[in-house]
Amino acid sequence: MAEAQQEAAQTEHDAKQYTLKVRRYKPESGDGPYWESFDVELDPTLSVLDGLLQAKDREDGSLAVRCSCRAAICGSCGVKINGKSTLACLIQIGEAHEAANRRNGGGEPIVVEPMGNMPVVKDLVTDMESAHWEKIRRVTPWLLDDGDPPERERVVPPESMVDITQTIACIQCGACVSACLSMEVDPDFIGPAALAKAYRFVGDPRDVETRERLYDLAQDPHGIYDCTHCFSCIDACPKGVAPMDQIMRLRRAAGNEEIDDKNNGHRHEAAFVNIIRKKGTLDESLLLQESYAQGVKGKLIPKPAAIKGLVGSIPTAVRGIRTGKMRSLRKLIPGMHHKLPGDGTEYVGRIYEHAEEHATELNLYITGEEGEEPAPKESDERQAEAVTAPAAEPDETVASADGGDAEQPGPDQEAQR
Amino acid sequence: MTGDLKLAYWPGCVSRGFTPELHGSMALVSERLGIELVTLDRANCCGAGVIAEHNQELADTLNARTFALAQQTGLAMMNICSTCQGAQSECQQRLDADSAYRAHVNEALSGEGLQYEKDKGGWTNKNFLWVLVEDYGLDRLKAAVKRPLSGLRVGPFYGCYIVRPKHRLGYEDHPERDLYLEQVIETLGGEVVDYDGSRKCCGFPIVTMNRDTSLRQAGTHIGDALDQGADCLVTPCPLCHLNLDMQQPEAAKIVNRDLGLAILHLPQLVGLALGYQPGDLGMGTHIASTSWVGERLAGVPA
Repeated sequence: MAEAQQEAAQTEHDAKQYTLKVRRYKPESGDGPYWESFDVELDPTLSVLDGLLQAKDREDGSLAVRCSCRAAICGSCGVKINGKSTLACLIQIGEAHEAANRRNGGGEPIVVEPMGNMPVVKDLVTDMESAHWEKIRRVTPWLLDDGDPPERERVVPPESMVDITQTIACIQCGACVSACLSMEVDPDFIGPAALAKAYRFVGDPRDVETRERLYDLAQDPHGIYDCTHCFSCIDACPKGVAPMDQIMRLRRAAGNEEIDDKNNGHRHEAAFVNIIRKKGTLDESLLLQESYAQGVKGKLIPKPAAIKGLVGSIPTAVRGIRTGKMRSLRKLIPGMHHKLPGDGTEYVGRIYEHAEEHATELNLYITGEEGEEPAPKESDERQAEAVTAPAAEPDETVASADGGDAEQPGPDQEAQR
Repeated sequence: MTGDLKLAYWPGCVSRGFTPELHGSMALVSERLGIELVTLDRANCCGAGVIAEHNQELADTLNARTFALAQQTGLAMMNICSTCQGAQSECQQRLDADSAYRAHVNEALSGEGLQYEKDKGGWTNKNFLWVLVEDYGLDRLKAAVKRPLSGLRVGPFYGCYIVRPKHRLGYEDHPERDLYLEQVIETLGGEVVDYDGSRKCCGFPIVTMNRDTSLRQAGTHIGDALDQGADCLVTPCPLCHLNLDMQQPEAAKIVNRDLGLAILHLPQLVGLALGYQPGDLGMGTHIASTSWVGERLAGVPA
């Protein structure tokens, strides 16, 4: 008891002053958004959410912020802190203060804004319907089975579910959607949260419409090939879901299914991979030709979208020749690019043979990193999902691409429904 | 100046393809700074994330080969492309995370007598930007400046692969890596322009798949930088350069506004401050005119 009192006194003693600069918006006023600063006083280890709630409590009860668990479990308090999409309860206020003052050493307020890429209802509360929930529904977020209900549950080997535990960790907070740089310019992009959810079913051995799902997401101009690979969602996610990695897995799966999408996504990937096999380094002219129009050599008929893309790239090429950027016409001729010296390409070819034979996919979310303590927040999750990876034996770690050799026990809560 | 910094140098594919001015200016700048570069001419493409998308082990093995070639020289490695940095760091993270996997990947390299070793003598792979700040040093860079970039308003453009994800890219040990461009610009005597797009995506990875989304990103960031009064952008990534410079006229059509902003490769900006002329650094070959940068600096004696 005395200890607790002492601790409380200590906490009070450690309280520091912070300024929260909050982007506010009151729809009923008819005015646009505006900035308002609140001075708060609290321990640096408390969260930005605690700061916001203190401001609401002491200064302005009308300050709107959505929250519930205050422990990064419920996913309600998504905001942007100093421009970064996250949960308000996950970031310590002292840490946020330091981040706000990285460049000028002090005096800058902690900037708190509503999440991006979605309409604001009031102050820090956003409407997640159009940017998030509608897109989640878009990917058919339920199991499509063979229509023949089993007597009890559908039994699958636990290890076949380990792969999708990462996507199952999603708490639907919308931080990745807020951070998505493709969605910023293309609001129709299905987006990181929904595509991660899509992988949750594509990777589920019980789902019977894997190819149909992949075909749908590959053909959609705002689907898996609209992700610009910027990693924003990976850093924004409070749960380590790494939505972009899930999108890349969807692309890999679509490629393995040889889905020849009209966005040139698969052709681009296949062309890239083949050029490096042949030459060791990238020949951009050949990549353009093969991504767009393999039909030039009579192999395949280019799709209308490919012709459009190829024609669209002509002005750029002409400008390049004019300025001397493409030093000679020769440089623009596909296949004239240099090869690796000596027997370099031969060794690259052998690497292809070896990697294609095994096609190992290592997911560090599942296996962890040697020599590093897992981050506390991640280890909590891992325990919650009972995916406790034992010290990996060589044969276990080198799992095949379909995850079939992954030996970690992984009873999955959704699998046991 | 004799160099005490000697590095295994991976120029990447694009610097010898569509952006030869990057490779050329890097050669000039390293010589003047006294950084000795040993080119890894047998090394292969990093895969740019695309090969990993196809087959993760393939990308990891290809990059393990490049790392092993660098380690064979006994030198730390330097790249000049944010995308190489990001794609290679991703593979290195997996290789370093798991000794059994590393051994498996090394099997594929054994025929060539190569092996990638984790932490071999503190071995690192760094972009020129990181080398400049962490190994060469800003004080030393400042001392090497012959023509301060006074009055030149420069917007930093990092490229996604060198700023995210933070854990993979060593931000725990080097938390200011996403401020280095600002630090370099100031060290060279230039003025930093803050604008919304400096750490956003140029859109390049999907230019052949969704041209509108891709070029809208490039055009928006260039427009934002212009609105903040930038004379030019500087980038450590040649792929960003392709979308920001080579595609700039097309991006302008998509965002429906006049652009016309010079986009410099990092070694070009450093080279200008070291006293090279824009022509020496291949700036005349850019699509977006760099003449304004030249005019700005004309008054400053080299």
